[in-house]
Amino acid sequence: MVDLNSYLVIGALLFSLGLFGVITRRNGVAVLMGVELILNAANVNFIAFARFGGMDFSGHVFALFVIVMAAAEAAVALAIILNIFNNLGTINIDEADQLKQ
Amino acid sequence: MVVFSKNLIYSAMALLFTLMGVAGLYVFLWADFIAVTQILIYVGGILVLIIFGIMLTHRITNVRLSHSSIQQGVGGAIVLVIFLGLTSMILKAPWYRATAVEPQETVRQIGRLLMIDYLLPFEVASVLLLAALMGAALLSRKVD
Repeated sequence: MVDLNSYLVIGALLFSLGLFGVITRRNGVAVLMGVELILNAANVNFIAFARFGGMDFSGHVFALFVIVMAAAEAAVALAIILNIFNNLGTINIDEADQLKQ
Repeated sequence: MVVFSKNLIYSAMALLFTLMGVAGLYVFLWADFIAVTQILIYVGGILVLIIFGIMLTHRITNVRLSHSSIQQGVGGAIVLVIFLGLTSMILKAPWYRATAVEPQETVRQIGRLLMIDYLLPFEVASVLLLAALMGAALLSRKVD
């Protein structure tokens, strides 16, 4: 029986894997992929509640907004990563600590 | 695979299949418009952008596209605890269930909601996109 709980568990799994990527990866682009996974987990939850939880089409609209925000975030993050690469010659985010005293 | 693979290109390909799978889930959840949007924007836009980023931030001579991870043990333990907590919470919580009927015209309903009930967030999202595009173009420009 596929119902709300299974979709929520899939969302939790996606979120956990994305969080794992964000906190363990050292490459900036890989961290960005983790963020995309987290946003997808949120979207799965929205659509699952739209289907099972009486949220109806508001869930769809919010999922659309999340997708738009993910696109904007990816563009800006990649611009920042390219700048870091041009200035420091690396995209290892552990080495981007020029602001540290 | 997205977070475990050593090779960054493999990670991107795994992300592609993950996004396709999520789009399939949307189809099962009666959200066909969201599924199509997911494929168009994520697979067609964001993933291409990410692969561009990978290509641009590695020198051509550097064939080693791999990269390392740090502290996988500690991170894995923390994430596992979070996942188990979330799962037990999900299975225990008394969710509100509504019996929905399968919608006939999703696009019309979404458009109606976007243009009437959620007009202000819609406009704010468009302004956000414009600002993000301008910011990205400004940031990635070569300094004169």
